[in-house]
Amino acid sequence: MRKPPTLLSLTIDIALLNLSHISDLSFLPDHVLLELFLRTLRAGKLTEKILKLFVATGKDEILSLISELNIQLILTPVLPTINIRDDEVDIVIGALHLDLTSFMEDWRAVFSRFHLIIVQDPDLKGDLKIPGGFSFDVYMKSDIESVVGSSSSSVVFSGYSCRYFGYLVSHKKYIISIDDDCIPAKDDKGELIDAVAQHITNLMTPATPFFFNTLYDPFRKGTDFVRGYPFSLRSGVQCGLSCGLWLNLADYDAPTQALKPGQRNSRFVDAVLTVPARAMLPVSGINIGFDRELVGPAMVPAFRLAKEGKFRWETVEDIWSGMCVKVICDHLGYGVKSGLPYVWRNERGNAVESLKKEWEGVKLMEEVVPFFQSMRLSQGAVTAEDCVIEMAAAVKERLEPLDPVFARASEAMVEWVKLWKVVTSRLSNSAA
Amino acid sequence: MAGVSPTPLLKDELDIVIPTIRNLDFLEMWRPFFQPYHLIIVQDGDPSKTIKVPEGFDYELYNRNDINRILGPKASCISFKDSACRCFGYMVSKKKYIYTIDDDCFVAKDPSGKDINALEQHIKNILSPATPYFFNTLYDPYRDGTDFVRGYPFSLREGVPTAVSHGLWLNIPDYDAPTQLVKPRERNTRYVDAVMTIPKGTLFPMCGMNLAFNRELIGPAMYFGLMGDGQPIGRYDDMWAGWCTKVICDHLGLGIKTGLPYIWHSKASNPFVNLKKEYKGIYWQEEIIPFFQAVSLPKECTTVQQCYTELAKQVKAKLANVDPYFTKLADAMVTWIEAWDELNPSGEAPAKTSNVKAK
Repeated sequence: MRKPPTLLSLTIDIALLNLSHISDLSFLPDHVLLELFLRTLRAGKLTEKILKLFVATGKDEILSLISELNIQLILTPVLPTINIRDDEVDIVIGALHLDLTSFMEDWRAVFSRFHLIIVQDPDLKGDLKIPGGFSFDVYMKSDIESVVGSSSSSVVFSGYSCRYFGYLVSHKKYIISIDDDCIPAKDDKGELIDAVAQHITNLMTPATPFFFNTLYDPFRKGTDFVRGYPFSLRSGVQCGLSCGLWLNLADYDAPTQALKPGQRNSRFVDAVLTVPARAMLPVSGINIGFDRELVGPAMVPAFRLAKEGKFRWETVEDIWSGMCVKVICDHLGYGVKSGLPYVWRNERGNAVESLKKEWEGVKLMEEVVPFFQSMRLSQGAVTAEDCVIEMAAAVKERLEPLDPVFARASEAMVEWVKLWKVVTSRLSNSAA
Repeated sequence: MAGVSPTPLLKDELDIVIPTIRNLDFLEMWRPFFQPYHLIIVQDGDPSKTIKVPEGFDYELYNRNDINRILGPKASCISFKDSACRCFGYMVSKKKYIYTIDDDCFVAKDPSGKDINALEQHIKNILSPATPYFFNTLYDPYRDGTDFVRGYPFSLREGVPTAVSHGLWLNIPDYDAPTQLVKPRERNTRYVDAVMTIPKGTLFPMCGMNLAFNRELIGPAMYFGLMGDGQPIGRYDDMWAGWCTKVICDHLGLGIKTGLPYIWHSKASNPFVNLKKEYKGIYWQEEIIPFFQAVSLPKECTTVQQCYTELAKQVKAKLANVDPYFTKLADAMVTWIEAWDELNPSGEAPAKTSNVKAK
């Protein structure tokens, strides 16, 4: 014959049914409390409120059981609501042209709510023309020299690299940077794209570098993780870098554009995706956003071609800093996204002319890419600064023998970290 | 702009493999695109049922009795009462390429309203190289209207052969049961106009609903596992094949593309039924994924069969303690390769297994 239930178990049954109405459990004897907790677990009734009830009793056995079972209160929601606080963003523009009027007017609707840092290319003589109605700071050659010192430094802020000075002096969390020959693009529905908002969305939503989602960014509205995506990987990691794209004049190298002079990018691909861990990519500086707090020091202005020029075809500085950031993100567990937003890139320059200068950059990529693909950082490197220093040493050891440009790059990376530390501590001291 | 050469039909080099349990009415909609091709229909479930194939298609049909007859004791590796049985079709095919599609997938429309010829796009994907070693930010550089971006090393621009083309789905997305339960009304309406190579070293969830592959390059790796009747899980057949295939492709220097083409997925399966099937898989995949991420194949494994047999060994050694199912699965993987080699002896004329029913 089956044993009849005990009075205790009947009591616990009733308590379990009415758990949501109970506000205090501390009066219960230890063994009863424990039994109730275990039964609550088994019945699947452990909610945040009920967990707090048990924790509030302060009984050792309960607390140690909770810690052994690794039951945790989720303190922050998995997906933060995206509220762009204007004071968290700096838009950094490297001015390679004096007259920024049409550029700023075209971007007014998008830029006007944010603070801008405009850095004038030190090689550009004359005064910048900037329309009114914006909140901005301008930095010129003299400002750069007063921060960096006028003695020759291995960090050179000229040409496209002038914008890195803006990254250095900003104290905001997010930086968005767009070339001054780009204007807002239109999406496939004919609507103007707010590139800044999209970059911020990319940076504020998690990235998913450890497993590829075939429906791309699972945090976008109208989509999700697909079948077969491990649940433990669905919370994602912080996004450090957002790489946007370009309609019209795509960011091809000079040989490609010279070979296909009429080729223009007209395909709007409605996707953002996380570039998987350990996969390298060529990051174009034309249209990017990054989390300065996470990866700022890794955005190094270090790789300067001997004949670097004032057209993107004549540089590869962004490819270098982009791969530094990717290696460091992979190491520190952050993500890098690519895809939306698009900007419209205006016609500028002559690919054939640039081809003569950029050939050097194209050749050097053959060494640069395998280097970054095989770069491994040590366990001890836990900040972006540490990582950059380690990478600089590896560049010196493995690439310096190949070309003097690498020796300069290595020195510049070390110098940049020093500068970064000096400037950021100066800023935080003055803010205190 | 330079003229675009038309995509070859490959009608004598490609088989379309369709698993079905009901009927093949969906083929009517696909007729303009599928009619030139030979179909291999794998009938799951009750073999005494007659599957009606629309007039005018050239096909061969296999039911469970045929599978048992052809494979004998090795038939144990082919799932019963699950669409995983489709991989039998891969094994008996004699063609270079396979396209497989589910019987609830229809022709989708692109944003301009035009019908999408999914097969043509898969062929384009498979005939052009893949680029697994460096990510191109403008996606597939071999597509019309695009190219490799600045910074992409020239030495990597030849690419590698494409072994698999993984297509996507509009309307009912391929979600797992928990997601279906939470978002029963979500539909995929976003047409992403891109094809891209999945980088080397990265795993992905491969869906078998709209999939093409080069059978000569990777066929033996496309074993869809033990699912359905008598098995503890379901809806992980294509996932398993995808993880094995990706690891082997990475090892052999082959590429896998994902993205276009889209098909229109019309039927949402019952999420409660799905939950029962997937339940164990959801927990097991937490062990399975790290296993595949850490797998290393010895360089002596130079053929797909060798890689796959080695993989089976490692599954048995490392996943057996997750559940005894994996020991069974590892054995089935070995049986599959044995059966594959029997039906596809290298260098000789293919064995006759004919169930061919002409037009």
